[in-house]
Amino acid sequence: MSAPVVPGRQVEPGRSDQPTRRGVELALLVLVWGVGSLAMVLASEGAAGEVVPEVWRVVAISGVVLLGLHLVVRWLAPYADPIMLPTAAALNLLGIAMIGRLDLAAALRAQANGTDPPPSDALDQVLWLAVGAIAAALVLLVVRDHRMLRRYTYLWGLTGLVLLLLPMVPGLGLTIRGANLWIQVGPFTFQPAELAKVVLTIFFASYLVQTREQLALVRHKVLGLGVPRGRDLGPILVVWAVALLIMAAQTDLGTAVMLFGLFVGMLYVATGRRSWIVLGGLLTVVGGLLAYALFGHVQVRVRVWLDPFAYATEAGYQIVQSLYGFAFGGMMGAGWGRGYPQLVPFAENDFIFSAIGEELGLVGSVAVVVLFAVLIQRALRTAHASRDAFGALLVTGYAIILGLQVFVVLGGVTRLIPHTGLTTPFMSAGGSSLLANWIILALLLRVSDHARRPDPVIVRPDDATTEVVARP
Amino acid sequence: MSRSLNRLALGLAVLMVALLVQLTRIQVFQADELNAQPGNQRTLLTEYARERGPILVDRAPIAQSEETDGSLRYLRRYPAGEEFVSATGYYSIVFGATGLERTENAILSGQDPRLFVDRMQQLFAGREVKGGAVTTTLDANAQLAAWEGLAGKKGSVVAIEPATGRILAQVQSPSFDPNQLSSHNSKAINAYYAELEADPDKPLLNRPIAKTNPPGSTFKVVTAAAALTSGRFTPDSVLPGPATYTLPGTNVELPNWTGTECGPNGEVTLAEALAISCNTAFAWLGNELGDDALRDQAQQFGFDESFETPQRVATSRFPEDPDASQTAQAAIGQFDVRATTLQMAMVAAAVGNRGVTMRPGIVDQTSAPDLTPLETFQPAEFAEALTEEHAAELAAMMVGVVSSGTGSSARIPGVAVAGKTGTAQTSRDRPSIAWFIAFAPAVNPEVAVAVAVEDAGTNEVSGNQLAGPIAREVMEAVLAG
Repeated sequence: MSAPVVPGRQVEPGRSDQPTRRGVELALLVLVWGVGSLAMVLASEGAAGEVVPEVWRVVAISGVVLLGLHLVVRWLAPYADPIMLPTAAALNLLGIAMIGRLDLAAALRAQANGTDPPPSDALDQVLWLAVGAIAAALVLLVVRDHRMLRRYTYLWGLTGLVLLLLPMVPGLGLTIRGANLWIQVGPFTFQPAELAKVVLTIFFASYLVQTREQLALVRHKVLGLGVPRGRDLGPILVVWAVALLIMAAQTDLGTAVMLFGLFVGMLYVATGRRSWIVLGGLLTVVGGLLAYALFGHVQVRVRVWLDPFAYATEAGYQIVQSLYGFAFGGMMGAGWGRGYPQLVPFAENDFIFSAIGEELGLVGSVAVVVLFAVLIQRALRTAHASRDAFGALLVTGYAIILGLQVFVVLGGVTRLIPHTGLTTPFMSAGGSSLLANWIILALLLRVSDHARRPDPVIVRPDDATTEVVARP
Repeated sequence: MSRSLNRLALGLAVLMVALLVQLTRIQVFQADELNAQPGNQRTLLTEYARERGPILVDRAPIAQSEETDGSLRYLRRYPAGEEFVSATGYYSIVFGATGLERTENAILSGQDPRLFVDRMQQLFAGREVKGGAVTTTLDANAQLAAWEGLAGKKGSVVAIEPATGRILAQVQSPSFDPNQLSSHNSKAINAYYAELEADPDKPLLNRPIAKTNPPGSTFKVVTAAAALTSGRFTPDSVLPGPATYTLPGTNVELPNWTGTECGPNGEVTLAEALAISCNTAFAWLGNELGDDALRDQAQQFGFDESFETPQRVATSRFPEDPDASQTAQAAIGQFDVRATTLQMAMVAAAVGNRGVTMRPGIVDQTSAPDLTPLETFQPAEFAEALTEEHAAELAAMMVGVVSSGTGSSARIPGVAVAGKTGTAQTSRDRPSIAWFIAFAPAVNPEVAVAVAVEDAGTNEVSGNQLAGPIAREVMEAVLAG
């Protein structure tokens, strides 16, 4: 990964032969913005028969925000992967287009009922995109080298834990639709679990870099698998217990699964020991059975998953409507604004993917999965290329989060697995989720910039005959 | 770390592939099944979001869609109310669609593959996607005559163009208001439907094609046809026609409706027996011919066959294995012989059409929204029930029924009308069904008609009194047009 060194030429950091590929990023962003804007126009035309003024505001704001973020990346992370930002932007704009389309459906319904139209969620969402982009810029500005994050290992861990437990604080927590995930401060509601996953990943990466050699130690082997030492079992059991606690106290299955999966996955990558996967799998099964036996809400979800049509008018209503939506979309989709995604309750949150499937068809739903896959692949690629174990683990963690979250929520709305409430990264309406995901994106950009940045090489211009050895 | 990283990547890739597989399952392979699930509102909402094509008689709509500002955009309206219900059916958000609304749904809703190009053109031109039109074969005048003729009565009328099988009139009575079942108010729909279901006169029953009745003496036309076809009888053959006929193998006496002999010395010609509807002669004739000959003849007219006009028609039946006594009763249209009104119209039409039975049809043309035709009615032969010669003989015998026999009420000045009366008992104590089948003119007829009026008296004259005038008015309506 060292820059080619040409005797007699001075190579400076940031101005080497290693291409920054910022031009590619800009071109892709322009394309994404164009397609996203077109989607919003079509969605409005399809749902309301006209292009409502909100569309132009959203198009303008998103254009400015994305261009701004691109310029920040040029300035602060010039060697960052050029695909990540446009991919995240594509998902975000697609989400906003669909949220705007659902806004119009709600407005039409309000008109029919003679009530006031509800406020525009799309406008909120694009403002949250702006907030997320500003947060990402701040992360890039403050975290000039991701390795500085290692300094506060246990502070991150504590912060993550506090964030996870915040909704349980009396007077602060807020229960919406049966799940105690929110906190309320003044007029603002926030889902701290979204931020918790960001900081806990930092903590896990930092912790595992310190301890991975110990955790990889094996005393004896069973069935060809090395069994970890008893005293090393502590961390995984602690995380498992926290996950169970979240499931019990907050009825939040999704976050529990994601948290535990994240830790086990990172543990495996850090140590290279398959026994951790096996152990994690066993604990998942035990935890799952325990949860099924103890918690009514888990039982309901499983029953609905097995036969949603038996509960089509009650607990299974959402998933059944979601399946109808996907089926209605079929191969090519009903077209923007021409389906009935508003029949799925809370389509703008957990079920935004069924709205995409309904109006854009298999073509659109596959495209979304592919966009997520691309983002995950770019993160894993960055992990490979990373020059330090911490950076590699950090981006691996974010790849796992993205992968698991996409699988849990998309698998849930398509009835591949029981449905558990999680937001669709970059797409669902909601500020906390968007903010957390843009911060993750900033950290991915930061690590990839570090990985691709050429080494600073100093060559004395007048010493052409001296053999220059690049720093290893 | 690189190896475990690769394995992790593989694991995540498997998750993504699982999602893609599941998406393909629900969006492609299970899509039809999911779309057809009862309670899936999307299918309904899509249908109502599109302007459904009209059902037309001549060029006037008998069913059409009107735009509303409700969440279901289009409302189905039936301008003529109850008159055309037997043909159009209704189009209900609660009870689905019936009649042509159901059988022609693909055209009317615009989903028909043949309308694909139109759909695409409309879509790209930014016009609303509309459904195609269905033009019926119905004749507005004949339909109105039948509708008015049945007013206040319980029964049905079917008129056919003998040469083609086009249905000119198809009326049920009592009927109902399809507008009330096709509204967007499910509460009101349910209430109205419950009321109709509770009605002892069964207004929801599509009498012309879905209800079979004993055809009574009108079936003697079939028996007479079988006699001519057998080659053993001519219209002038002399048959025994005593006052009563002892059913073979029993001591049950089958009487004539007059209670007297059919002719001097208890003898009567075949033609005269038909004209005066002599039970004893035809019961005897039935036994002479045997049940197989009667069944063969009946099947040539369309019995034991299911027709789709494209409305599904109930199958008319000739009993499968009657004994001699039952065969004698079957020959006069009693015992287990059952026929729809449409079936008896087909019998009259086939006699008039030189003995050829045509397949009945009620859809004249389907067309795209711009009225370019997609499919036009093609007359199709079903069977040759009679030779041309025998058909002419039978037609002449049926003219005798009207000119000098029991069917006097169907006489039309200046036109030779061929007909046959009938009064059928469904059971001993229940009121009978008055029948009249006819065609006119007797040679090269323009119209054949069958009328069935329920709850008539028990007298053979009721066919002539109740059903005959309706048949005459329907024929006059066609002949005048």
